[in-house]
Amino acid sequence: MAKAADIELVALTKRYGTVTAVDGIALRIPAGTYCCLLGPSGCGKTSTLRMIAGHEIASEGDVLLGAENITELPPAKRGTAMMFQSYALFPHLSCLDNVAFSLKMRGVSKAERRMRAAAMLERVEMTAYADRLPAQLSGGQQQRVALARALITDPAVLLLDEPLSALDPFLRVRMREELKDLQTRLGISFVHVTHSQDEAMALADLVVVMNKGRIEQAATAREVFNHPATTFVARFIGGHNVIALAAGGGRLGNGVAMPALPGAARHVAVRADKMIVAKPGAALPLNGTVRSVEYLGATVAVGLAVDGLDPLSAVLPEAAFFADPVHPGDGVALGWKAEDMHAIT
Amino acid sequence: MTNRWSGLLLASPLALILALFLIVPIGTIVVVSFFDYDSVRMFPAFVWTNYEELFLSPITWKTYFQTLQFAAITWAICLIVGFTVAYFLAFHIASPLMQTALFLVCTIPFWTSNVIRMISWIPFLGRNGLLNQALMGMGAINEPLEFLLFSNFAVILAYVHLYALFMVVPIFNSMVRIDRALIEAARDAGATEWQVLRNVVIPLARPGIMIGSILVVAVVMGDFVTVRLMSGGQSASVGLMMVNAMSLLQYPAAAANAVVLLIVVLLMIAAMLRIVDIRKEL
Repeated sequence: MAKAADIELVALTKRYGTVTAVDGIALRIPAGTYCCLLGPSGCGKTSTLRMIAGHEIASEGDVLLGAENITELPPAKRGTAMMFQSYALFPHLSCLDNVAFSLKMRGVSKAERRMRAAAMLERVEMTAYADRLPAQLSGGQQQRVALARALITDPAVLLLDEPLSALDPFLRVRMREELKDLQTRLGISFVHVTHSQDEAMALADLVVVMNKGRIEQAATAREVFNHPATTFVARFIGGHNVIALAAGGGRLGNGVAMPALPGAARHVAVRADKMIVAKPGAALPLNGTVRSVEYLGATVAVGLAVDGLDPLSAVLPEAAFFADPVHPGDGVALGWKAEDMHAIT
Repeated sequence: MTNRWSGLLLASPLALILALFLIVPIGTIVVVSFFDYDSVRMFPAFVWTNYEELFLSPITWKTYFQTLQFAAITWAICLIVGFTVAYFLAFHIASPLMQTALFLVCTIPFWTSNVIRMISWIPFLGRNGLLNQALMGMGAINEPLEFLLFSNFAVILAYVHLYALFMVVPIFNSMVRIDRALIEAARDAGATEWQVLRNVVIPLARPGIMIGSILVVAVVMGDFVTVRLMSGGQSASVGLMMVNAMSLLQYPAAAANAVVLLIVVLLMIAAMLRIVDIRKEL
């Protein structure tokens, strides 16, 4: 088993012609971390992953793995392994030969590489399918073979490019558990690129939210969700109302005064599930109108319009909502507790 | 029942065309190959003499050997040229527009007829042709090179010139369908460029290689014009044998030879298909 090692990105930059895809990012991923690079398409997360993998060479900056600078090493010499978006299994090779591929490239004898590949297939519980071609497997099975193929080189870091996007929603949740479980057992770092905040929050020890080639926030999932560092993070991670403040402090963007507003901040974020919605006339600072009601099972999402502010949303527990339901068009009073308000500069 | 009839009806145009232009002519040739003939006409009969004469003549064996040799050498050169060109177009030209443009460049030789393309070699390769004059002018040689024209070299040169594109097109077609992520995955697994070629590109381009091989081999095996023009009558091919027989009005002998050639080519193609199941890989 390879030694787990820290990854460090130092002022890492990638330019394609005049376009800067990754703009001088710095990040440290401690050994044995499940790290998710999260962001919208075009935010530079895939370029970052490919620079760590060695499939792109950084325009500037360095990639360190442990004590070694691997910025310009070829992919196979780095101690990283990559699992590709659509798995990129070789269609002409059986599962066993797919897994044994990198051993074959190193000149390992046929008997030995088959033995080691078979052992790796056993680890991902695919022994029964060893002789099948990739086209004869389901998406989840293909993913397991792709994992086995990537792990057979004993990498210190496994890089996963949107590994779950090719799967249907049910399978996605199951394979996500398997990924996390595997990472825990192996004790190495996984770096996982995704545009799904659910996936990142469910899996990651370290969530790295990226936008326009920069890191907006790198923290635990809880930290990112409860203390989004920027309005972008608060909006992208979802479940937040981002409310602009008036210059000078003490007032919301629409001029309504509220106690305990942070003085220097330009925005506050309030989690949608912390919003208080009541009948008009209640002692709450804002008045608004219900725009939409969406029943989500355990919760009900209520879309709200308030004069002078961007649309807001509130997520109420099912029982609380139906104890006193509102309908689109109804007027409501709105507010939140001071401690649920999070300042964003 | 209507389904059954409409199905048959839909299949009938193709069946009719195949029957009329493939099965009937081949059937006729098979029948004629058993006819008897004298110096001016042939008469319906059922004799094996055409086949006996064919198989007992050492010229037949020599000619078949010569034709197979042409086919093998042409195939090998076309494969190397075709694979290289297709690889360059598919993997080293990034923009699809440029790919199409270069692809059109490859087809330029096909804008004129076969015969003109072959004849145009004559002033270039001839005893006093451009190439010999240039080489002598540079002082590289003192005597003109005789083997350039009217030789087996010239025949194979013309074949490669005429048919290399038959190899380029199907191989290119197979190669552009290779997912680029597979190449990256191979590099990620530590494959060198050569190992990528050997372990990923060639196996996945195999259907194209096979289709190209079948085209080239089938065309060369049946050719007579190129051999006649480019060898200056010094080499023979099976096709040329048949043309000669026909010019002597020995149609049954030519027909017997055609039947044998057809069987030989079919066997060769069957052997190639055993190596790669094209239906499976398409």
